[in-house]
Amino acid sequence: MSGRETGLAAPAAESAAAPAPPPRGDRLVSRVARVRELGIVVALVLLFAVTGAVNPGFLSPDSLRDILLNSSIVAVLAIGQTLVVITRNVDLSVSSVVGLSAFGGALVLADHPGVPAPLVIAGCVLLGALCGAVNGLLVGVAAVPALVATLGTLYAFRGVDYAWAGGRQVNAADMPEGFLALGSASVLGLPLLALVALAVLLAVGWALRNLPPGRELYAIGSNPEAAVLAGIRVRRRVVAAFVASGALAGLAGAMWAARFGTVDATVATGKELDVIAAVVVGGVAIFGGSGTVYGAVLGAVLLASISSALAVLRVDALAQTAINGALIITAIVLDRVLALRVAAALRRRRYRDAA
Amino acid sequence: MTTRTPWRRLALLTGLALMATACAGTTRSDVTQQTSAPAAPASSAAADPNAPIKQGLKIAFLPKQVNNPYFTIADEGGIAALKEVGGEGKEVGPSEASASSQVSYINTLTQQKQDAIVISANDPNAVVPALKQARAAGIKVVSYDSDTAPEGRDLFVNQASAEDLGRTEVQLLAEQIGFKGKIAILSATPNATNQNTWIEFMKDELSKPEYKDMELVKVAYGNDEDQKSFTETQGLLRSYPDLAGIISPTTVGIAAAARYLSSSPHKGKVKLTGLGTPNQLRKFVKDGTIEGFELWNPGDLGYLAGYAAAALASGQITGAEGEKFKAGKLGEYTIGPKGEILLGKPTVFTKDNIDDFDF
Repeated sequence: MSGRETGLAAPAAESAAAPAPPPRGDRLVSRVARVRELGIVVALVLLFAVTGAVNPGFLSPDSLRDILLNSSIVAVLAIGQTLVVITRNVDLSVSSVVGLSAFGGALVLADHPGVPAPLVIAGCVLLGALCGAVNGLLVGVAAVPALVATLGTLYAFRGVDYAWAGGRQVNAADMPEGFLALGSASVLGLPLLALVALAVLLAVGWALRNLPPGRELYAIGSNPEAAVLAGIRVRRRVVAAFVASGALAGLAGAMWAARFGTVDATVATGKELDVIAAVVVGGVAIFGGSGTVYGAVLGAVLLASISSALAVLRVDALAQTAINGALIITAIVLDRVLALRVAAALRRRRYRDAA
Repeated sequence: MTTRTPWRRLALLTGLALMATACAGTTRSDVTQQTSAPAAPASSAAADPNAPIKQGLKIAFLPKQVNNPYFTIADEGGIAALKEVGGEGKEVGPSEASASSQVSYINTLTQQKQDAIVISANDPNAVVPALKQARAAGIKVVSYDSDTAPEGRDLFVNQASAEDLGRTEVQLLAEQIGFKGKIAILSATPNATNQNTWIEFMKDELSKPEYKDMELVKVAYGNDEDQKSFTETQGLLRSYPDLAGIISPTTVGIAAAARYLSSSPHKGKVKLTGLGTPNQLRKFVKDGTIEGFELWNPGDLGYLAGYAAAALASGQITGAEGEKFKAGKLGEYTIGPKGEILLGKPTVFTKDNIDDFDF
């Protein structure tokens, strides 16, 4: 368990290491080794090194830009999902919320070109938050298991989307140029969508680490009964986590519309599994209580990099899905092995220091 | 100690998954059991070219997936055709284009005693047992867009011959790149029947002497998903920096590739062509990403399939080669070999004519 960020206990563990300060170099090593996301970073570096060796074009600025852009939507979704997963719940409905919000946003832009883009994006976020509130109330208040509740809303929201769209497709030509430009624009050489994901990451990451409600999410996931006894308002926090996940899915919907330009009711179908894979690969415990949004975003980047690498390496199409799965499992195993080794090393050092 | 509950939850999840699989299994085997019983009694009647179209025909259109704009247009065409002959058409179908999902719809339509089913098969074989059962119950089956195995249907309305499409797409791209350079294909899924047939004809066309300076370097598969098609397009440009052109014979693929190219430095330099709808690609034709692409008119396809189904259900035709029937505004059609009807040659859309089309 050491090296993981475990709820309220984590800051305490950090300060416990203080009394006998090891030499400076050692301290740096142990700092780095404690970073839960180390394994995934190693996996990313390996992937880039191997692919880059075969085709240097993979490491070109254009290619890196594409990978950032490819991962930004799933990254935003993974951040929202992490909030929910930390509380020992899961939100399967995110892909349908993305679909609903992308279609809603695109439809407004196509039929009412006068509505300013920021207003449409805010509307998308609000629509997503509403969907999240439905999930949150089902899980937090009606006490329906999250797996079942969000599986239900996965179909329900998609159904609403189908009924609303009625087979209609909004095309790039129907949407204002200014909105579409958001999907392909760059600021300081970085894709705008990736910067949006980065901003969300930093904000949520900071809040999870430093704000009491953020710490309480970990406490709820570590031990729900104890969280109740500790006076944490569990229901309220769980509802809030779902609303946040929904709002981020709404934002991701707007990003989807801007990026792909062609929107119909099937947008993002099946993406929920990519998102959950990113979260799990990123070291967020699927049964709650530990993990960070940084890990989840790295997971999203790793998954996007794997598919880009497979495309660049000219891997046979029929084998791609299987190889993709094998690489994901390899990354998780690598991460696990590294975590165990680091834990063992830290334990050994503690004995040595104590002696 | 907290790990105990989670495992239980995992067990529940596995249990659910198993149950779902079990259910799917039952549906399939039910179908097989029932179909093995009765022999087809209906198809024995002889054709009567002068038989009037029956009034009040109930005909269902079962596309690969509903909410796909292409099928929406096609099925609207079919429903319009039925209105013209005094019948009633409706569109039903799965929201996901998977092979097994169409089976339960076919079973329901059989129970509803429709006069005909017009289907675009997600998988040529998976739907055959259910379709045989429908035919045994006297329901006529017309496939359109994507054929089933021949024993599953009476007629296939072919949007354009695979040969025409494959060859014309190569011709279109060859003219754009001056018959010279490396080209790639961005297809849908690796096992899509129609895609693979077109690709075979593209390869055959490319083997002709006039294309000796063109080389097909890769067939990539975007699985008809936006993100995957994006990634595959990027991969093509990355692994073949001197790529001259891409053919994408799928509407999702060409739109994703166009969107990527339009915002990349390759815009206009790497030529893109293939099959798409005018509304979807209007922006990219106007901004110079695409010079020209082609497609049949899906509305006409559904319209012709609707007329064919009505003619079958009224006994005008039986699906034998050489039989003729009238298809409203499209004129007279003759059934070709293997029960196929050919819609006609595809239309090429460029910036000069794209505004004449709205679908």
